[in-house]
Formats: sequence, C-alpha cells, structure tokens
Amino acid sequence: MKRVDHVKASREFIADAKHIEFHDKRLWTLRTLRDQAAHGIEEWEELRSLASGIKEHTLTHLAGYLEEFERNATKNGVIVHWAKDAEEHNRIVHEILEGHRAKTLVKSKSMLTEECEMREYLEARGITVVESDLGERIQQLDHERPAHVVVPAVHKLASDVSRVFSKTLGTDPDNSDVHYLAQAQRNATRPLILNAEAGMTGCNFAVAQTGGITVCTNEGNADLSANVPSLHIASIGIEKLIPKLEHLGVFIRLLSRSALGAPITQYTSHFRGPRKGGEMHFVLVDNGRSARLAMDDFWYSLKCIRCGACMNTCPVYRRSSGLSYGGVYSGPIGAIINPTFDLKKYSALPFASTMNGSCTNVCPVKINIHEQIYKWRQIVAEQHELPFIKKEAMKVAGEVLAKPKLYRVAIKAADTAVAKLPRAFIYNPFNAWGKQREVPDAPEQAFRDWYLKNRKSK
Amino acid sequence: MSSRNAILASLRAAQRTPATLPDVPMFDAGLPPALDRFKQTLAQMGGIWAEMPADGDIDALIRARYPDAKVICSAVPEAAGTRRIEDVRDPHELNDVDVGIVRPRFAVAETGSIWLSEAQYQVNALGYLSQHLVALLDPADIVGNLHHAYHRCEFFAANYAVLMSGPSATADIEGVLIRGAQGIRSLTVIPLARGGG
Repeated sequence: MKRVDHVKASREFIADAKHIEFHDKRLWTLRTLRDQAAHGIEEWEELRSLASGIKEHTLTHLAGYLEEFERNATKNGVIVHWAKDAEEHNRIVHEILEGHRAKTLVKSKSMLTEECEMREYLEARGITVVESDLGERIQQLDHERPAHVVVPAVHKLASDVSRVFSKTLGTDPDNSDVHYLAQAQRNATRPLILNAEAGMTGCNFAVAQTGGITVCTNEGNADLSANVPSLHIASIGIEKLIPKLEHLGVFIRLLSRSALGAPITQYTSHFRGPRKGGEMHFVLVDNGRSARLAMDDFWYSLKCIRCGACMNTCPVYRRSSGLSYGGVYSGPIGAIINPTFDLKKYSALPFASTMNGSCTNVCPVKINIHEQIYKWRQIVAEQHELPFIKKEAMKVAGEVLAKPKLYRVAIKAADTAVAKLPRAFIYNPFNAWGKQREVPDAPEQAFRDWYLKNRKSK
Repeated sequence: MSSRNAILASLRAAQRTPATLPDVPMFDAGLPPALDRFKQTLAQMGGIWAEMPADGDIDALIRARYPDAKVICSAVPEAAGTRRIEDVRDPHELNDVDVGIVRPRFAVAETGSIWLSEAQYQVNALGYLSQHLVALLDPADIVGNLHHAYHRCEFFAANYAVLMSGPSATADIEGVLIRGAQGIRSLTVIPLARGGG
C-alpha cells in the first residue's frame, strides 16, 4: 500500500487561492455556529461528559449490548447479519440484493459503506448505486471520496459542481447558480428513487433496548431511501450502540449543534422494524473495530459520533482539505482512525496537526484527539516510518533544544532574519512556514533578555 | 466460528475495565414556555407557523396557500383533501402529491420538531414524496426538550418514527441554503386541538 503524502496532496488544493479561501472561511463559519449553539445551552459541558460516559460504558460492555440489540431487532422482524470485515459486509449486501433481483440501490450517506468501498463492489456486479445526499452525489459523480464527514463536497465551489453536473446530469455548463444545480439534482434523483428496488441507510445510533437505529439527515434522503422501496438495508458499525432510548436525548442534542450549529438535523429518523409487506436487514460490521477496542491508547476513538467538529476547527484541515488525507476519514479524527487500519499507508497523517488541541476541546464525546495524535507520532517514529527530512530536521532540533547556548544563538539569528530579510526570502517556495500566512513580527526583546535585564540583577 | 461469535469473542477478549453508566437528568428546570419556544425554533429550522382561519376551514386555507396544488392527500379527519391516504396502497402512488396533511403525535419545543410514525402517516412516504407538508398540531402536545421526547412510550410501538424539523434542506454547495433538497419544499404547522376542537 502506497504511503499517503499529505503535504504533497494538499499542494494542489492550496495552489488555488479561491478554493482555499472559501474552504477555510466556510468551515470556520461552521465552527462559529457550533460555538453559538453550545453557548446557548447551560448544561453543554455536562452533556459532553454524559455522552462520553455513556459511550465509554457501552464500549466496555459492547458484546452484551450487541446481543441485546440483535435479540430485540430480531423480535421486531429485522433480519440481522454480522460482518467481520468490509469484504463480508459487501458480500452480504450483494446477496440480499440478488435475492430480491434488485438492480438499483438508492442510499443515504454512510461513512461505513465508504470504508467498505461497497459502491465499487456492487457496481462491478451490475448494481446501480445512487447516493441521495446532494454532497455525496456530487462526489460520486465526480469519482471522488467524501472530503468531509458531514459536508462531503465542501472543498468544491459552485463552478466545480456545475462542471460535474454538466458532464453527468446534462446541466448548462455556464450556469453555476446553486438553486439551479440543486434543483437539477433533485429532478434527476427522484425517478431513480422511485425505480429503485432497494434502499439503504447508514446508522448514527443503534439502541440496544429497542433494537432500532437512528439516522440523521438534513435532506430527508434517508427517509426517502428507506420508505419508498420495500427493501431497506442498514449498515451499522458495531461501535454505534447505545444502551437505551433515553440516551438519544443526550446525543441528538449534541450532534447537529456540534456539526453545523443547528439544534437538530431536519430529519432524525428511527427505524425499528420493516414496513407492512416490506423487509428490513441490519448488517453489523466490525472491520477493525474490535481490534481497536483492544488498543489501550486508541480505543477511545470508537466513541466518535461523526459530527465533523474536529475537522471544522482544525487549521491544518481547513487549509489542506479532506481529500489530501488520502483516506475515508480526514481531519484530526482521520489522523487517529486511519492509522488503525494501515499504519504504513497513513503514517504521515498524525503529523498533519499543529497540536493546538482545539479538536479535543470541541469534541462532543470528549475524545482526547490531540493526545492520540501525539501517541501515533511516537509509534510512527518507533517503527521507523518517519520520512528522512523530518527525521534529520528533528535530529537538528534535538541538538539545538538540548543546548541552551546554541538555542539562544539560533533564536537571535532567526528573529533578526525575520526582521531584516527581504520578503522574497521568507515567502519563497522553500519555506513552508511562509505559505498561506504572514510570519509574525519577532518581539523586540526575547524573554531571556528581558529577564536578565529586569530580574536577574535585582 | 461464525463471524458473529468471532466478533463477540474478540470484543470480550479486549477486556476493557467496565465503566459505569451515568444517569441522565431531564434538564427541564426553567424551560421557556413550550409554545413560544416551538414557534421560534420551527422558524429557525425553516418551518412555517400558520394560525387557524377563523372559520376553521382547513381545506380552504390550503387551497389559498397552494393555489396551484392539484393533489392534496389528507391523513387527517379535519381536512378532506382531494385524496384520502386510506386509499393509497403503495408509496409510489404518492409521487404526484402536491400537499400532504398529517397530525403529529407530539412536538418538541427545543428543536421545533414534530413527531410522526406509521400510525400518523399510514403511508410513510407521504412525508417525503409530497412537495409540501401541512401538520395540524395540538399545542398541548408540545414537550419541552429532547429528553422528554425520548421518554415517550410511542417510540416503542413505532417501526418507523421521525422527528421532523422543517423542510428538506441542504447547504452542500458553497454553503448556500436550499429548501427542498430531496423531500418536501416546505413544512407548515397549524395549531389545532385534537378531537375536532
């Protein structure tokens, strides 16, 4: 598996000022809206602790809750399947579809089916898969992965969508009006939904007590996918379990507020059993999750509810875009989840962070994301997966930082350099720190100089 | 070993120290008046609040609000519509519905949501294939927050249930808000007590 080079991959995106400016601003707006929503709720921090506590409890009793969930779902008339990995998940879904002679599957967004690369699997076997979420549909038609867990096409401008739709849906290539584009997609997708023999959703929460699942969308596309065709298949990551219905109160209050700053998603849908004359299948998928539960430093990431708040707040994500992470999950959560699947391939991701800790502070289930990023860095270094330049730079830094005298000389020289050097020298293409930012002015006096002058003598 | 047993075995083998399950409070001290709050959040979510006409004629109100509507499918006794949901056999028959009319079982003030299940819809797709949806809500049916909503027993009897908070919406292209992404283009809530007033 080829190693993902995050820096190289982000270069193309960074090269276009219009894209990066919009991307940065749009995601920061979401972060700001999240703050407003959170500040509007007195018990916000208590809710975060509760959510974290409920998830921690569930994960430490996961086998029992899965059995309870299976028992209740079966009682409700749902057919429950278990898949140890992506391949088995895809095979099960394909068998169900074949059994119904289904040729078209209409589905809502699911990071798990992305993880399983299910679309490619089914399409190779003659099944048409239609993504019904607008952003996800754009990405499907453009043959790209979702760039964000909540807003999959956030890295695109309307002109990009216009280009994709003109080639695939036959829209006017010169029309980039957002209303026009959204309407075109609605009109094109509707007949596909009506003609589909099968519908599919993911799962945000699976409640052991009821044997039902909860799916959150803003477009109501999960409700369309599940309520029009008579066959409904839901793919469920085993970490989605929560014990009781009343716990949804905590998670639903946190989810959309953390994601978009909205009090709730437009549609919060609960599927507990098949419709009259219909059929419902749940596929419970492990795909590396049980292995992650056994990792002392990383099992906490299983608490994730996929709100995307850590991505919106991350300065590196906002300035590099999700696609540059080269995996299903991007941003800070991607930096700690992707390496659990393939450390070699994703060894660069834990370094796509400034370690500012903001991701941890906004996480609604209190995952210690930046600490896990640090842990991964240690593992990457121990396993000798660091690229040569980073390793050499670290050696030099280690030398300098270990010797106070040398450090002082270096700092003095750097300060003078920033103040005296011509702009072209600092903002040249070889200085990564001069890209997309202004290097701050150096203080007139270093702390040590100030201390020596004002305190040491007294 | 079956995949089921293999997964359960490896989860048990992980042997994480058991954490206790916290109690969840209702967080309902000092909640604002439910009706006012509901109207406010419904508007925030893009829903429309419309007062009952003085003559109580809901069919006339809907004709006035949607003058171009040809098919009005009613799932409530208070409005006749042009089609009764009881006559619909298959969800696909709802593809031509301009306006659907439903009565949610309850609503949530905190989020501006209405609660609907197959018991209210009769055919669930009415809430999604219709171009517009009108909901008749008894103001006495509004609960304060989501904690109260998730203590309702109706969830345990419903194979399908939704908390619907305004129309189908998306901001997936350049953050521009679109109402009517896939499902209904508008949601209108009209206050009307149960049992024909």
